[in-house]
Amino acid sequence: MATHQLDARGLLCPMPVIRTQQRVATLAPGDELEILATDPGVLHDIPAWCRVHGHELLDTTRGEREISVRLRVRG
Amino acid sequence: MSSPQPKPRRAVALISGGLDSMLAAKVMLEQGIHVEGINFYTGFCVEGHTHAIRNEHRDKPKRNNALWVAEQLGIKLHIIEVIEEYKQVVINPKHGYGANLNPCLDCKGFMVGKAREWMEANGFDFIITGEVIGQRPMSQRKDTMPVVARESGAFDRLVRPLCGKLLPPTLPEREGWIKRENLLDISGRSRKPQMAMAEQYKLHDYAQPAGGCCFLTNEQYSHKLADLWQARGTKEYELDDIMLLKVGRHLRPRPNFKLIVGRDEGENNYLQGYRKRFLHLNAVSHTGPLVLIEGTVSDDDLLLAARLTARFGHGRDAESVEVEVTDLAGRSSKLTVPPLPANEIPPEWYL
Repeated sequence: MATHQLDARGLLCPMPVIRTQQRVATLAPGDELEILATDPGVLHDIPAWCRVHGHELLDTTRGEREISVRLRVRG
Repeated sequence: MSSPQPKPRRAVALISGGLDSMLAAKVMLEQGIHVEGINFYTGFCVEGHTHAIRNEHRDKPKRNNALWVAEQLGIKLHIIEVIEEYKQVVINPKHGYGANLNPCLDCKGFMVGKAREWMEANGFDFIITGEVIGQRPMSQRKDTMPVVARESGAFDRLVRPLCGKLLPPTLPEREGWIKRENLLDISGRSRKPQMAMAEQYKLHDYAQPAGGCCFLTNEQYSHKLADLWQARGTKEYELDDIMLLKVGRHLRPRPNFKLIVGRDEGENNYLQGYRKRFLHLNAVSHTGPLVLIEGTVSDDDLLLAARLTARFGHGRDAESVEVEVTDLAGRSSKLTVPPLPANEIPPEWYL
């Protein structure tokens, strides 16, 4: 299992979701991905995308300027 | 011993996030078809990000409607970015534009064509759309539906479940993968049949965008895009160009430059992200908007831009307002100007 990071800062939805989808397609089951973003839309869209595709949402953190979303790729 | 169940046929459904494509996918799911959704991001999509920018939309949920539809239907959704490829559809549509700069017929052919490529690459059997005969004046007419099927290369692998009974049988019907009698015969612009179906399927809270799901159907947006093309002398654009057309008040006081004026805190914050790429102005003696200048300006133009910047801020009634001007190298200077009175701004300046 590996941990990866995706920089989606400055992108507006749905681009962070598209980048997440592209990145997850290259990862192995069980890998973790942390997405860094600035558009608060990711707080809704990435969890929804995870539910639709069966990936596990680990947590979301909203800082003053940045948002972090962590997921685990489905097994 | 019974023979094993045949593997269900697989269809890719174009999911816009609206009701019709949702119902079309639902009708196929009811027939036991394995459905996955596909959604294309062109850059012109009316989506949550525009809600995220403006203050007035902050009380509304920032959902992606296509994802919401997929979740309601219990299907996967593949969101595909087509920004670069889509430019040729917008810039040079073979079938021309609709009432505004909406190339609906070319757009539908393009999207079904991309869905066909995806279908072939992923071993799916056919394509579903939520088209209804007579629903749209350009792309959803009985005479243009074969055009979409032909130009996309989908031919008889394109199924329109909501009006399929009114169209010639498709391959999935002839092969018995789906039953023609379970397709529908909806036509015309009324939304009542679709709303009744939504009720029947207990689908609520679906998106009903007033101008559809594309900014190109919007008159004001199209006007701004046409102005951009005219000012540059070429029908080219980048993603940032078309994103900025969705944000702020746009004024072109003179042919060589235009102003993009933030209308609220959300838009000012968004425009902040572009300030290093534009000459920009903001009032410093009063609160007010961030103003980006696109084009090249003389000292006289800059003075006018500063007066307009003062006009749209809280110093609009003051005798003078101090405005900071920052150039592309990050050098700042200050101008003290009287705000331009509202009656000195001709309506034609507003794009």
